[in-house]
Amino acid sequence: MSHESNYVPGSAIERFLDKRLPLIRVASEFMEFPTPKNLNYWYTFGAILTVMLMVQIVTGVVLAMHYTPEKTMAFASVEHIMRDVNFGDLLRYTHANGASMFFIAVYLHMFRGLYYGSFKEPREVIWMLGVLIFLIMMGTAFMGYVLPWGQMSYWGATVITSLFSAIPVVGDSIKTLLWGGFSVDNPTLNRFFALHFLLPFALIGVVFLHIWALHVPGNTNPTGVEIKSKKDAVPFHPYYTVKDGFAIVLFLIMFAVFVFYMPNALGHTDNYIEANPFVTPVHIVPEWYFLPFYAMLRSITFDLTIPFTDIVLINSKLGGVMVMFGSIIILFFLSWLDRAKVRSMRYRPWARFWFFLFVIDAVFLGWLGGKPAEQPYIAWAQGATAFYFIYFLIILPALSMFEAQPKGLPSSISEDVLSKKAKKQKAIESSIQPAE
Amino acid sequence: MIIKILVMKMGKLSIKRVALSALLPLLAGALWTGGVAQASGGGTREPVEVEWSFNGPFGHYDKAAVQRGFQVYKQVCSSCHSLKFVAFRHLGEKGGPFHADKCPAGFPDNIDCANPVENPAVKAIAAEYDIVDGPDESGDMFTRPGTPADYFPNPYPNKQMAILANGVVPPDLSLMAKARAGGPDYIYSLLTGFEEAPDHVDIGPGVYYNPYFPGDLSSAIKPEYLDEHGHPKEGIHVPEGGVLKMKPPLVDNIVDYADEEIPETVDQYAKDVGQFLMWVAEPKMESRKQTGLMVLVYLLIFGGIVYASYRQIWSKDEH
Repeated sequence: MSHESNYVPGSAIERFLDKRLPLIRVASEFMEFPTPKNLNYWYTFGAILTVMLMVQIVTGVVLAMHYTPEKTMAFASVEHIMRDVNFGDLLRYTHANGASMFFIAVYLHMFRGLYYGSFKEPREVIWMLGVLIFLIMMGTAFMGYVLPWGQMSYWGATVITSLFSAIPVVGDSIKTLLWGGFSVDNPTLNRFFALHFLLPFALIGVVFLHIWALHVPGNTNPTGVEIKSKKDAVPFHPYYTVKDGFAIVLFLIMFAVFVFYMPNALGHTDNYIEANPFVTPVHIVPEWYFLPFYAMLRSITFDLTIPFTDIVLINSKLGGVMVMFGSIIILFFLSWLDRAKVRSMRYRPWARFWFFLFVIDAVFLGWLGGKPAEQPYIAWAQGATAFYFIYFLIILPALSMFEAQPKGLPSSISEDVLSKKAKKQKAIESSIQPAE
Repeated sequence: MIIKILVMKMGKLSIKRVALSALLPLLAGALWTGGVAQASGGGTREPVEVEWSFNGPFGHYDKAAVQRGFQVYKQVCSSCHSLKFVAFRHLGEKGGPFHADKCPAGFPDNIDCANPVENPAVKAIAAEYDIVDGPDESGDMFTRPGTPADYFPNPYPNKQMAILANGVVPPDLSLMAKARAGGPDYIYSLLTGFEEAPDHVDIGPGVYYNPYFPGDLSSAIKPEYLDEHGHPKEGIHVPEGGVLKMKPPLVDNIVDYADEEIPETVDQYAKDVGQFLMWVAEPKMESRKQTGLMVLVYLLIFGGIVYASYRQIWSKDEH
C-alpha cells in the first residue's frame, strides 16, 4: 500500500493479531485509503461489479444444489427449480438477469477506463488484469447459458465451440476436447457445468489482484491529474463507501425491475424449448452482451489469398475467429497504443470525439449482431469491424502524437473542484439577480 | 467543417449525458433481440395485443378465466398436447386456479384444503385421469386413478404414436406462453387467426394456413403467378405466416361453460386458454410481482436514506 498506515491497535487482541496476521491493519488501510475527491458516478461501477459477482456466486451455488447436469434431465431440473423449489423462480431469474447486469456494468466500467485513461502508466497492470477478468467472465457466461439445455443453449454452444476447429493443426483436437465427443452432448454439458462452477472462484482471485494493483498507485480521477496534496484526497470510508453504496442501490433498482417485472426480456424465447439436435433454430443468436463480438465474427465472409493466385492463406472461418479474439486481445495492449501523456479525454477534444464514435460503433456492432447474416448487414458489420480495429491501431496512436497539448488541464484536483464550485456559485448568483 | 462543429459541441456535452444516451440504445438493443423470430418468406403477422389481466406490474391472473382455460385444455387441447411439467397439485398451489384458502363448510377439521394434496377440487380433477403405474408384485403395469402428486399424462404413449396420429409431435404446452415471441398474445392470435389461404398459393392437403404461424410460403405460390425466373409476378406477394398440421381446434359452442354469462365463442375460448397457458408457464408470476413491489419500496426508501447520508458526509468537505 502506498500510503502510511494510521492504524493503532487498540486492544490486547488487536495487538496480538497485528504481530501475527495483520488483518485488521489491512482492512483499516483499505478503509482509510486516500481517494481523489472528485470521482464521479462513472467510478462506482467497480463496487457495483463486486456486488454483482457476489450475487451471481450466492444465487449460483444455491441453483447448483437443485440443478441436474445431465442432458435428459437438465431442462426438466430447471423447470423443477422454477415450479417447486422455494423462491426458485426468483433465484433463477436473479442469476440469469444478473449476468446481463454484470455485463452492463462491466462495459460501462471499461468505457470509463478508456475515456479517463485509467490504463495509462502506472496502471497498465490493473487494466490488463481487468481484460483478463472480462475474458473469464465471457467464458463463464457462455458456459452458464448452455446449462438450461434449451434450443439456444445447444445451438449457441454448437456454433461457438465449432469455431475452435478453424485453428490450424490443433483446432479439431481442441473442439473434440471441448465437446468430449463428436458433437455437443452430455459430456459437454457436464464439463461446462464443472467449469461454470469453478471459474467464478478463479474470478475472485483475479479481482483480488485487480484491486491490489489498484491500491498501489491509487485511483485515477476525471482530471487524470494525480493526487498532489492531502487536499486532493478523502479517505475511502466514509466518502466513497456511501457514494458507491448509493450507486449500488440505484443499480439494484434497475436490476429488480428486470427480475420482478420483465425477467425474460433479455432472454430468447427459443431457450424455453428443450434442446433438439435435429431442429436448428431459424436464427442462432447469442445473448445480447456477445452480439458485438458475434457481428465481428460473422463480418469476415471472405478468404485471404495470396494476390493473383488461388492459394488461401486464411480462410473466412479462421479470419472471423482471429478478428473476434483479436478484438479482445488488442485491449491488452491499450496502454501502449494510446501513449498520450494527458490521461483524461476531458482535455483532449479530438480523442473525445473519436471515443464517442467508438462507443457508437460498439453499440452499432451489437445491433448488427442480432440481425440475420445477410446484406446490407454484412457490409455494415465489415465497416464497423474495420473501424473497431482502426480506432485502436491507428486513431489512438495517431492522436497520442497529434494532440500533445491538453486543453484546459488543471494543475491539481483541488483547483478543478474549486473552479467548478466557483462557476456553479456564479451561475446561482446570476440566476437570482432580479431582472431589470 | 462539420467535424469541427461536432468537436465544439462535444466539448460542451458532459460525458454523463452522452454516455447515458449511449446506454439507452444498448438496452433497447438488448430488449429488441428478445423478439427476433422471423424474417423469412412473407414474414409473420404481428400477434394481436390482448389486454390481459396479468399485464403490468400489478397484474394478476383472472382465476375464473384460468379455470375455464383449463376446461378448454382438458376437453380440446389435451387430446393431442401434453403438459409434462405440470402436476395436478400445482392447480391447488397458491396462485393456482383451484387454490382454496380454507375448506368449504362441512369438511372435517383434519383436512387442510390450502394444502394442494388435500384440496378436494384438485383430488377430484386428478382422479378423472388414468395413470399408468407399476410394475406390481406380479411384474405387470396397471392403471389407477390419478392423485394430486401425479403429473398430467401424455396423450400418447410414445413419440412414434404421436407422429402416426398427427404427422408431427404436437408440442408440449407447459412453456408455450414463454417459448414463442409474443407469448400469450401469440397463442390467442394463432387460435383465432386461422383463415383461408390466399388464392395465389397452393398449400397442399392436410395443413392449415395461419398468418401468425412462423413459416415461409414463397415456394407455395402457384406456377401461374410466377414469371419465367420463378419470381412472383408484379403485385403478387408471399403471404404472411405459414401452415401447420393442427386444424383449427376451436369452434363456437365446442366447450360448455357452467357460467351462463360467459360467451361460448372461439374468441372467448382463446382468451381463456391464453390465461391458462400463461399461468402454466409462469405459476409464480403473481407472487413474484408482489415481492417485487416490496423489494422496490424497500430499495427506494433505503436509497433515500443512503442519499441523505451521502449528502451529509460530503457536506463536511469543501465540495
